[in-house]
Amino acid sequence: MPRLGLIWKLFRRAAHIQRKRMAMTVAAIAWGTLSIVLLLSFGEGLKRSFTRGSRGLGEGIVVVWPGSTSRAFEGFPEGRSLSFTPADVELLRLSAPDLLAASSEMIRWGNNIAYGRKTFSKPVKGVDPDYGALRNQVPEPGGRFLNERDEREKRRVVFLGDGVKQELFGDAEAVGEAILVNQAPFLVVGVMEPKIQMGNYSGRDKDHVLMPLSTFRAITGQQRLSNFVVKAPTTARTSALKRQLFEILGGRHRFHPDDERALGIWDTVETQKVTTNIAFGIEIFLGIIGALTLLIGGIGVANIMYAVVKHRTREIGVQMAMGARRSYVLGPLVAESLTLTGFGGAIGVGAGVALVELLAVVQSKSNNDALQFLGAPTFSAGVALTTVLLLGGIGFLAGWFPARRAVSIHPAEALRYE
Amino acid sequence: MNLFLGRNGKQNGSPPAGPPAVIEMQGIRKVYDTGAIQVEALRGVDLRVEPREFVAIVGPSGSGKSTLLNLVGCLDTPTDGSYLLDGEEVRDLGIDELADIRNRKVGFVFQSFNLLPQISAYENVEMPLLFKGAGARERRERVELLFEQVGLADRMRHKPTELSGGQMQRVAVARALACDPALILADEPTGNLDTSSGQDVMGLFESLSAQGRTIVLITHDHALARRCRRIVRFQDGRIVEDRPSVEAA
Repeated sequence: MPRLGLIWKLFRRAAHIQRKRMAMTVAAIAWGTLSIVLLLSFGEGLKRSFTRGSRGLGEGIVVVWPGSTSRAFEGFPEGRSLSFTPADVELLRLSAPDLLAASSEMIRWGNNIAYGRKTFSKPVKGVDPDYGALRNQVPEPGGRFLNERDEREKRRVVFLGDGVKQELFGDAEAVGEAILVNQAPFLVVGVMEPKIQMGNYSGRDKDHVLMPLSTFRAITGQQRLSNFVVKAPTTARTSALKRQLFEILGGRHRFHPDDERALGIWDTVETQKVTTNIAFGIEIFLGIIGALTLLIGGIGVANIMYAVVKHRTREIGVQMAMGARRSYVLGPLVAESLTLTGFGGAIGVGAGVALVELLAVVQSKSNNDALQFLGAPTFSAGVALTTVLLLGGIGFLAGWFPARRAVSIHPAEALRYE
Repeated sequence: MNLFLGRNGKQNGSPPAGPPAVIEMQGIRKVYDTGAIQVEALRGVDLRVEPREFVAIVGPSGSGKSTLLNLVGCLDTPTDGSYLLDGEEVRDLGIDELADIRNRKVGFVFQSFNLLPQISAYENVEMPLLFKGAGARERRERVELLFEQVGLADRMRHKPTELSGGQMQRVAVARALACDPALILADEPTGNLDTSSGQDVMGLFESLSAQGRTIVLITHDHALARRCRRIVRFQDGRIVEDRPSVEAA
């Protein structure tokens, strides 16, 4: 169509004349897009890192410590300290209907851990085979977690936190090597995959040495559990499971099932809810900042377009006096806003993606905890597209309406415009 | 003087002989409605301009001559009355159709030139041809020819801001001629020029008239008006005098 060709020609001419202004508009759209893409990419990354971090301790688990009674019950006075043994955990396995998995946990501090000429003082834990899955301690490829056979045969095997492994072995292979735990040789069967862990009790998992509970008891002679970990099949049934803990253990240890002080309970499901809310809050916060940034960018673009078209009202009048149809004025404007949006958006998104990628590289090579926690900024194509379309749309409308008015009035009026 | 009014009126009533009149207005009224007040700028104007005429429209400011120019040039539409431009009724045309009519039939020369400042003189003259849909070759040949006619062949790549007032107005004349219009409409074309440039431009109009162009020139400069062949005087929105110019005759 010759008219489309003409509109294109008129647009090219206008674009050539107004290079500086177009560059400014492109820069405004690019900057707006870049800001929002980065902002929301960081937001998304932080949220994921937050969620992953809160799951680092374990998903939907409940950690239980023995407490002391706060009311007299069946002839026993209040203030009686309780202690649990692996038999209590076994009882729960047999009789708590909402128990999916459980693990005893015994800890001893200040153990001498040595490999070659290196010696460190580390906490050692005795745990059940389910502990790995419960506490989200995933073995690195080539290794495994402690299993039933280790437990049954009281094997002298250990599963190392990635921090301990790094200190003892550096980058060398640890699985299959023997280390000394308090002068006794133990075989390393697995190393924990590095993970982000936000919550912890008795220190971070990366600094722990785990061994089968049976082995731990044989070496230390310890009978009492430091604590134990349980999990319900679904988070919805965690409350029921907690109720059952009080009933079953209360029956065995003679405390009132409503005596809340008898068990110290950390319900990570509750914590997770808070975390989710915080993450949601962060997202809303970033969303608002993003929306405001977008608004400012939009106003900038709208200003430029509005001023330009207003400024050109008289020129539009001249063009119309020379016989320009409305589409010859409006067409180039549409082409202009499409081009500006296209270029600006592409530059903004491109720069955003490049920065996100660059940061991912920097992050992967850095051991900085803060940087790790910031999480990998995650680029969202939807957000980028929305931003570009919004900025372009605002700019387009800001130019469209005055131009529309200028071509709708009689040229005589447009020519009088100063 | 009223004799001429009468003659003009009779002309309007009689059927045109040969080619149609370039301008044929009957009972044209124009009312500006500013909301609070209504201003009647034209109060029933009958005007007929034949091909090859060179007409000056004179009158004090506020007499309605600029309004008439806007209507004659299809830049605005009348409130009442009928207007045939080069034989075509323009009263009920839409915005784009009026644009096409202006493009094909009217060439404007404004007091303040109204050249687009960012593009070259060449591109300014080319613009009506672009709107007309002329091909690249036709445009180039036509624009170059026009620049030669107005004596600015060596200045056509300059921006308007790099030209003198007289040169700018000559570029505007070239632009007005671009689509070979039936009518050249000039609004105080020498108003922003010094005397000598004004003389130049007026000379250009005279030579165009001699070549057979139909020209309507609005001015309040009586010396200028006398160089046209017919003078139409406006007052209070009406034609009060319409006579051949003594000087030109």
